[in-house]
Parts: sequence; structure tokens; C-alpha cells
Amino acid sequence: MTATGQRIVIAAFVAVLALVAPWVAYPVFLMTALCFALFACAFNLLLGYAGLMSFGHAMFFGMAGYFFGHVVKVWNMPPEVGLLAGVAGAALIGLVTGALAIRRQGIYFAMITLAFAQMVYFLCVQLPFTGGEDGLQGIARKALLGGLLPIKNDRVLYYVVLAIFLFGYGAIYRFIHSPFGQVLKAIRDNEQRAVSLGYEADRYKLLAFVLSAALAGLAGATKAMVLQFATLTDVSAAMSGEVVLMALVGGLGTIVGPVVGAFIIVTMQNYLASFGEFVLVIQGAIFVVIVMAFRKGLVGEISEWWKARRRAPATAD
Amino acid sequence: MAQVAIGLVNGAFYAMLSLGLAVIFGMLNVINFTHGAQFMMGALAAWLLLGILDVPFWAALVLAPLIVGLFGVIIERLLLKRIYHLDHLYGFLLTFGMALIIEGLFQWKWGSSGAPYPAPITGGTDLGFMIMPTYRLFVVVAALVVCLATWYGIERTRLGAYLRAATENPTLVRAFGINVPRLITLTYGLGVALAALAGVLAAPIQQVSALMGTNLVLVVFAVVVIGGMGSIMGSIVTGFGLGLIEGLTKVVYPPASNTVIFVVMALVLLVKPAGLFGQAK
Repeated sequence: MTATGQRIVIAAFVAVLALVAPWVAYPVFLMTALCFALFACAFNLLLGYAGLMSFGHAMFFGMAGYFFGHVVKVWNMPPEVGLLAGVAGAALIGLVTGALAIRRQGIYFAMITLAFAQMVYFLCVQLPFTGGEDGLQGIARKALLGGLLPIKNDRVLYYVVLAIFLFGYGAIYRFIHSPFGQVLKAIRDNEQRAVSLGYEADRYKLLAFVLSAALAGLAGATKAMVLQFATLTDVSAAMSGEVVLMALVGGLGTIVGPVVGAFIIVTMQNYLASFGEFVLVIQGAIFVVIVMAFRKGLVGEISEWWKARRRAPATAD
Repeated sequence: MAQVAIGLVNGAFYAMLSLGLAVIFGMLNVINFTHGAQFMMGALAAWLLLGILDVPFWAALVLAPLIVGLFGVIIERLLLKRIYHLDHLYGFLLTFGMALIIEGLFQWKWGSSGAPYPAPITGGTDLGFMIMPTYRLFVVVAALVVCLATWYGIERTRLGAYLRAATENPTLVRAFGINVPRLITLTYGLGVALAALAGVLAAPIQQVSALMGTNLVLVVFAVVVIGGMGSIMGSIVTGFGLGLIEGLTKVVYPPASNTVIFVVMALVLLVKPAGLFGQAK
């Protein structure tokens, strides 16, 4: 079979799997995993393609959840407005923090984003808007499309979430394969050269940061819609670490990797929930093992192995 | 005034921790995310030494940093030394993973609620404008002494000169017959021991718990960004300075005291992105 043929078969298989999934597995679990997958993809857009490692992405994810909850529950608006508010709010936070963070590079960038996320976390603990320790609970699942599409049923909502995920994933795919994405990669690989070619590196980086923040916001708002609550967990530093882990497990800089990583980590958390603090220990151990031995992540290592296998018979001839 | 004095106590911890981070980063090119966990290990080691072996505070002040520093040396030998050639990012992720493991294990073993550690010095000292608990006064003075001693050791002694030279050009220093890998290991051990010492000093003030260093390390990252990691004295001054600013904020507008350091960080990034004491690269 040709490489294209194989790709079509795999794509068809994944499409069928995605459509049938809610009838086989627990829909809420699938929806949570999809939200995290989008979140991880948004994070990976920044790290894998702009070379910017944000350790504070939870601020976009978690705040978008609060925005969604506030708009839908307190202002009593339809969920579409809530989603938009989540995306817009996250993008705005991304614009402010990003403009400051890109003034430093490398490891400082990671520390700055981490510090800003911690500031947002402290604000969330104190401000009445977030409901403090209780969070925003009981956000009603109101019908979409002006009442035409009720989402009380988990399976119906699953397809909505799948559509949102595909929209976000498609957007990321477009960014990466556009001239914008090419410039971004050029800046990642050699910033001085890109600047000398006349590209304003900071503007590109900031745009990538805002896009990544907005998509992380979309994921966070969608998660609040699914689970009907927004809490401090989603803005905490632990959540920022978790999304890094997802992208790392799947493979940084691969477009499918974060999705695979998100499903692995969410599944793992589901099964290990009863172990309490041990989940942290296991997550930490995964970090250590991957950094020490499998830096390309699951998808990266497999595609490497696949390429080597395809090459091998050719050299044998 | 009382809040300002308390701010100085916090500043003492910021200074010791950011100093350790700067020393480690200078030599290893690794941002040690495990720093908060090692701070906690220091406090917990002192608590265990007292509870199980009845070792008094003053002995723990020496023993706990030694134990935790040794643990740091082992980690450096086993894991960290294998990733120096990689991007900084991997060191950050590796030490973050280790922090999760350590804090998770300790939380599992001892829970996350804190245990009190009896203050070794009781009573207060009259400073004229206020009465400050003598122990807190001791913490500020002790931290200052330790910080200055570290500064002296690195900037003014022969070993420190080797250290600075190895930071600049490790290959050349090795050519002179100095064992640079061992120097690196010792540096990491020293940085970790500083964190642990801060932990022991903090034990009688804060509750000893598995998560006592988790949020602290994030604040210290902001301190490091503000000061820049280029200079030892810079870390010390920034640490104490930010503690003071935090204390003053508690007087003027208490709700902002949690976030003021991050606001300062944003301002510094706007005005002098390289940090107050950092050189622009």
C-alpha cells in the first residue's frame, strides 16, 4: 500500500472511531479528553512551532472557564456568548501577559509566564467573581443555536464538543501550514536571521501567543460547558504543568502528539484517581523518564521508528 | 512597622532561595524547579530529626542542609549531569518532574496538613519602635550572614574563582587540571543546601508541610526574573528588597500583598527587561 493510501485508511479509521466513541465509552470522559486535547494542541502551537515554552497556560484555560460560567450563569446569556467570552477573555489576558513575556527569551520566558499564571491564581482566590474556593458551580447546560440544539443529553453534547475540537485543531493546522507558520518556524530556528530578513520577530511571537491563548480559552470554556463548573484547579500551576506533560508525552512539535498525550494522561488520571497523591508522583516520574529517555514523545518516537523501517529495506536492496 | 519587619523575614527566605537558584543556574545552566521541594525537605528533615532522634534545632541547622545537600549531589550525579548539553527547557521539565515526585511522596507519607515546630528562641526583643520575636530577628540576621558568606566564598576565595572561571569557560578551566564536573556537583549540592537551610529556618515560623515550598518557589522565580541571575549580590538585594515591598504593601493595601511581587516583575520587564542586575544578552 502507498503512503497516501495508508494515511487515508488511518484517517478513515480515526473518523469512524470519533463518531462511534460516545456509544462505546463514557461521553463525559471523552468530552473532557477532547477539551484537554485542544488545550494541549494550543500549548504545542506555541512551543512546537514558535519555540516559546509557556508554563502558565492554565491562566487562559481556567479563566476562560470562569468567563463562560459568569456569562452563562450570572448574566444568563446563551452558551455561544459564553464560549466567545471565554475565547476573547483568554486572548486579552494573552495579549497583556504575552507582550511582557516575549521581552525575555528561553527559560526566563517560562518563568515569567509561570509567575503571571500564579498572579492570576492568587487573584482568582481573592476576587468574588470566581467564587473563591467553591468556584462557579451548577452552570446550566442551555440549548445552543437559539434553543434549537438541546445539549442536556451527553451524546448530543459530545458531537458539539467534537465539532469545537475539530474547529480548533483545523485552525492550528491552518496556522502551521500558512506563510505565518513558516515565518514562525524561521524565528524559532534562528531569530537573528529572521529579523535580518525583515520580519518583526516580536510581532509574530505575540500573535502566536495570543492565538495559543485564545485556543486554550476555547478549550477551557468548552470544558466548563461540559462539566458545568469552573474551579481553581483549572487555573493552578499544577494544571499548567499537566498540559506541558500532555504535549511532552505525545511529542512536542508533532501535530497529533498532544492529542494522543492528552488522551493518555486523562485516561491515566481517571484510573488512578483513587491513588490520591500518588498521581502526582506518577506524573513526576513520567516527566523524568521522558526527559531522560524519550524526548521526542510517543508520536515522535513512533514516526522515527516508522521512517527507519521504511528506509531499511531500501538500503538492503 | 511590624509588617515591614515581617516583610524582612520573608525577604530573608527570598534572598536565600534566589541566591541558590542563581548559583545553580550560573554553573549548571539549569533552573532548579526542585528548589521549593528541597526547601520543604530541609524543614521536614529538621522536624523528623527533632521528633525521632531528639536532635535539637541548632544541630539540625547544620545536619538537615547536609542531608538534603547530599541528596542533591546524588540527583546531580544520577540525572542532571546527563542533560547539560540539551536546551534549558529540559532541565526545567526534569526538575519540575522531580519536585512533583518528592512533594507527592511526602504528601502521601505525612499528609498535607502542617505540623508545628517549636521555636528554639522564645521571647521578644525591643527594637525601640516595636517588639520583634527574637527568633525572627535571628532569622533575618542568620540569612544575611549566610548570604554574605556565600557572596564572599564565590567572589573572594580561590575556590570561588575556579567556580566563576568554570562558569565562563569550562573547557579552558579543565585544561588547567581542575575537575569541573566535581565542581558542578558541589555547586548543585551547595545550592540545594542553601534551600534546605532556608527550610530549617522557616520551620519554626511556618507549619512544616509537604507543600510549604510549592507556592514559594513560584514567587522566587518572579524574584529571580526581577533581579536577573547575573549577580550574586543582586539576588541578595532583590530578595530582601522584595520582602520589604511585600511587607509595606501589607500595611497600605493588604489584599494586594500576594500579587505585588508579580506586578513589580511586570514593571521591571517593561522598563529593564534584562532584570535589575542582569546584563542584556
